[in-house]
Amino acid sequence: MVESLRLDFRRLSCAADFWSLRVVDERAEGYSVRKNVPQPPSLSVDRGAMLTVHAGGGSGYAATSDLSRDGLQRALDRAAGWARASAPRSLIDFRTLAAPAPRGEYASPDADSTRWSRRDWYALLAEESRNAGCDPRIVDWEASVESRTAEHLYLTSAGGEVVQRYRFVMPNLAVTAHAEGDTQIRTLNGYRGLAQQGGESMLQRFDFLGSGRRVAHEALQLLGAPNCPRGTMDVLLMPDQMVLQIHESIGHPLELDRILGDERNFAGTSFVTLEMFGTYRYGSDLLNVTFDPTRPEELASYGFDDDGARAEKAHVIRNGILERPLGGAISQARAKVAGVANSRADNWNRPPIDRMANLNLEPGDSSLESMISGIERGVLMATNSSWSIDDSRNKFQFGCEWGQLIENGTLTTVVKNPNYRGISASFWRSLARVGNESTVKVLGTPYCGKGEPSQVIRVGHASPACVFAGVDVFGGDG
Amino acid sequence: MGAPAMENYFHELAALLDRSMAAGEVYTCALDAEVSDFVRMNHGKVRQSGTVTQQYLRLHLIRGSKHAEHCCTVSGDLARDRDLVNASLSTLRDTVSDLPDDPHLNYATDVKSSRVVKSGALPASEQVVTEVLDAARGLDLVGIYAAGPVYRGFANSLGQRNWHEVASFNLQWSLYHRADKAVKTGYGGFAWAAADFAAKMLGARDRLALLAQPARSLQPGSYRAYLTPSAMEEIAGMLCWGGFSGRALATRQSCLFRMKDGTAELDRSVSFVENTADGVAPAFQDEGFARPGSVPLVEEGRLVGSLVNPRTAKEFDLATNGANASEMPDSLDMAAGELRSSDALAALDTGLYIGNLWYLNFSDRPACRVTGMTRFASFWVDKGKIVAPVNVMRFDDSMFRVLGDRLVGLTAERDLVVNGETYRSRSVRSMRLPGAVVSEMAFTL
Repeated sequence: MVESLRLDFRRLSCAADFWSLRVVDERAEGYSVRKNVPQPPSLSVDRGAMLTVHAGGGSGYAATSDLSRDGLQRALDRAAGWARASAPRSLIDFRTLAAPAPRGEYASPDADSTRWSRRDWYALLAEESRNAGCDPRIVDWEASVESRTAEHLYLTSAGGEVVQRYRFVMPNLAVTAHAEGDTQIRTLNGYRGLAQQGGESMLQRFDFLGSGRRVAHEALQLLGAPNCPRGTMDVLLMPDQMVLQIHESIGHPLELDRILGDERNFAGTSFVTLEMFGTYRYGSDLLNVTFDPTRPEELASYGFDDDGARAEKAHVIRNGILERPLGGAISQARAKVAGVANSRADNWNRPPIDRMANLNLEPGDSSLESMISGIERGVLMATNSSWSIDDSRNKFQFGCEWGQLIENGTLTTVVKNPNYRGISASFWRSLARVGNESTVKVLGTPYCGKGEPSQVIRVGHASPACVFAGVDVFGGDG
Repeated sequence: MGAPAMENYFHELAALLDRSMAAGEVYTCALDAEVSDFVRMNHGKVRQSGTVTQQYLRLHLIRGSKHAEHCCTVSGDLARDRDLVNASLSTLRDTVSDLPDDPHLNYATDVKSSRVVKSGALPASEQVVTEVLDAARGLDLVGIYAAGPVYRGFANSLGQRNWHEVASFNLQWSLYHRADKAVKTGYGGFAWAAADFAAKMLGARDRLALLAQPARSLQPGSYRAYLTPSAMEEIAGMLCWGGFSGRALATRQSCLFRMKDGTAELDRSVSFVENTADGVAPAFQDEGFARPGSVPLVEEGRLVGSLVNPRTAKEFDLATNGANASEMPDSLDMAAGELRSSDALAALDTGLYIGNLWYLNFSDRPACRVTGMTRFASFWVDKGKIVAPVNVMRFDDSMFRVLGDRLVGLTAERDLVVNGETYRSRSVRSMRLPGAVVSEMAFTL
C-alpha cells in the first residue's frame, strides 16, 4: 500500500504553500464470551486518508475513504478550497509555520509476530467466563478482547515520509453481582483499562489468566461490604485509579489547545494559564510527571505525531513545579512556549489536535507496605468507576470500584462505593508518598474524548500507587 | 457523491450481495455514510475547516445459527468496491465456518422496507461561517458548524431495503465574557434561516451582558433550582446511559432497576417515551427490525417499558422493540408540565438558575445518584429576578429525589435538543425536554 500511495502522492497537483497526506489503515478483531455464550466476532478494516493544505495563510482539510488517485486529488482540491476560503479569517497565519519534512519509522513491540487465532482467544475467554459465573448472585459477566493493528503513513510536499506500525491488545473482564436491592460491578483494572501496545504477552503481565474467579470473588465481597465512611482522611490510590487522576486533573488541564481556548465550547478550558509555566507549584516536591512516547509497551507510544514532529520524552512537572504544556508544533507557535509532540488525530477522518498521549507519574521510593503502615486512618481505593470534573479541570469527584479501610497502619474492612472529591489546584500539593517502581502499572484507555468534531483516542498512563493526605472521602446512599 | 447517487450505490451494492449469497446463507448489511463540513472557530476566527466524506459498510453473514460481522470503509464506487465486498464476504465465510451456534441470534424475517429523505438545500458552509463570524464581530466566539447529508441504509437477502437520508446543519457556539463565564447556544435544523440565527445570537448577547456582573460563589448546601431544557438534557442523558436498557434492567445494572422492582418511583408528572415518530433517527435498526413510532418508558413516575434489542429479546424471553445494540433512546421525549416557561423564574423564586450542566456521572448507580457540574450561564435568582452569575458548583444527588418528591413542576414548553455529538460520525439523536423547578438539590463543592 505504501509504495502505491507514495507514487500517487507525487502525482497529485496543488498550487499551495504546503500539503500533506495522512493515511490510516486500522484492522480490528473483537471477541467476547458473555455468560458462557461466545458472542459473534466483530471484525473491521477502517482505511482512509486526510489531505491537508496550507494556502494564503489559511488551512483546510478533506478526508476520504476513496484512496484512488482521483479520490485523493478530489480531496486535495476540496482541502485547498477550504484553505483559501478560510485564509481571510484564519486564527493562525499558516505561512508562519515551518513545513514539516519528517522522515522515519516506528513499530510497536511484536508488531510482526504471529497473532493468536480466533480459536485461541475464544478458549481463553470461555475459561475465564466459566470461572467468573461461580455464584447465583453473579448476574452478568463477560470476558472480551480487542486485538488491533494499524499502519499510519504521512507524506508531505516538503519531502516528509513517516511510516508507523502499531499493534494493540486490550482484554477486558467485568462481573456484576446483585443481591437485596444492591448491585456491585468489579472489573480487571476498569473498563478496557488493560490496554497496551504489543502482543499477547501483556496477558501475563496483568494476570489475566485466572482473573475470572478472582474478580467474581471481589464483586461478591463488595456486595456484602458496608459503604465507605464519610470524613477527611488519607487515601492510598492504586495505579488503576491514579491513571484517571493523572488523566483528568493533570493531562487535560495541561493541553495547550485548551489553554488557548479552542475547546471552550465543548471539552472546556483550563485553570492553568500560560504565565504559570516555569514557576507554578502544581504539586508537592514528590510530583514528577513526564510526557513519554518512548515506553515501548505503553498505549500511546509513537515515533512522530500526526503533524510530523519527532516524539521525545519530556518532564511537564518536575519536583512539583510546572515546566511545559502538552501542545504540538502549531499550538507552540501560537503560545510561544515549548511543548511536546502530541498533535494527534484519532483516525483518518479527524484533524490532529493537542492530546495527552502517554502521561506518566514517575515512581518515588515508598514500598506499598510502608505506605499502608504509615496511614493511621484512611482508605485504599482501586479501579476507577466514576469520573467528573469541571470545565476548567479543577473541581473533581471520582469514585472507585474497590475500597479497603486502613486503620493504624493495617488494611482492614472492605468497603463499597468509595468516592472522594477535591480541587486539582490544591489536591496535588497533598501528595504525601509516591510508590516505588514495584508499585507501577502501565495502563491506558482507548476512550479519551475531546475536540470539535469529536475524537476518541488512545492514551497511556504509567503510575505508582500514591498517598494523599486529608482528602474529603464518602460512600454511597445504600 | 450526491444524495441520489449514494442511495443508488447502496441499492447496487445490495444487489451485488444478493447475487453473492450461497445456498443456506443470509446477509444483512448497513451503510453509515455522511458528507460533513466541519468548521471550528475560536476567538471569532476560523481555527480548522474541512470536509469529511466517509462510508462504512457493516456486513453480517448468517449461516444457520452461526454468524459474524465485518465492517469496512468503502469508496462509494461499486466498480472499485466490488473486490472489497468480496474480500469481506470471504473473511466472513472463513470466520463463520468454525463458530459455535449462537443461541441469541435474532434478525428480522418479515420484510418491512421504508424510505425517508429529508434533503433540503443547505447554503454553502463557507457562506454560513462568514455570516456567523460577522454577527459575532467584537465578541469572543468559539464553536463549531457541522453540516451536510447523513445516510443510513439497511438491506438483507430477504429483499428488505430501508433508506434514511437527512441533510442537516448544527451550529453550536459559545460567547465568552472571560475565564469560564460564557453563554452557549445551539441552532440546528434542515433549512438555515438567517432571521432565526440572528434572533438566537441576539438572545445570546443579552445573556452575555448578565455575565458582566460580579460572580457569586455559593457555599455547599441544598438550593432550590431551575433546570433549563439544556440542563435537563444532561440529566436525561444519564438516565439513557443504560437506564432504559432491557438488558441492563434484566441484569440489575440499570440506574432504574429499583423502579422496575417497585422500590423507587419518580414524581407523577414525569413520563418518558422513545418517540421515534417525531425524532431525527431512522425507524429501523441494525438487524432489520422496524421501530414503533412510540415506546412508553416511564408513565406517571413508574417504569412501564424498556428498549429491547433483538439479542436481549432472545436472551431474556422479551419482545424486541427495535432497539439498537446500545439500547439507548435515540429520540427521547419527556412529557411537558403545566408551568409556563415565562413563569419559571417566578416559580423558582430564590435559588439557582442552571443554564447547563456538565460532565455528569454516577456516584451510586443503584441509588440513581448522579454528580456533575454547573456550566456556562448559570445565575443566582432572588425573588424571581436574576441578580448575579454563579461560579461553577458541583451537585451530587439522587435523581429519584430530584425528579421525585423534590420536583415542583415541569414547563409546558419543551425544547427539541438536536444532539450535536460528532464522535466517529454525526449523531442522529435528539430529545424533546421541558425545564424543571426543584425544591432542593444538593451541592457539595
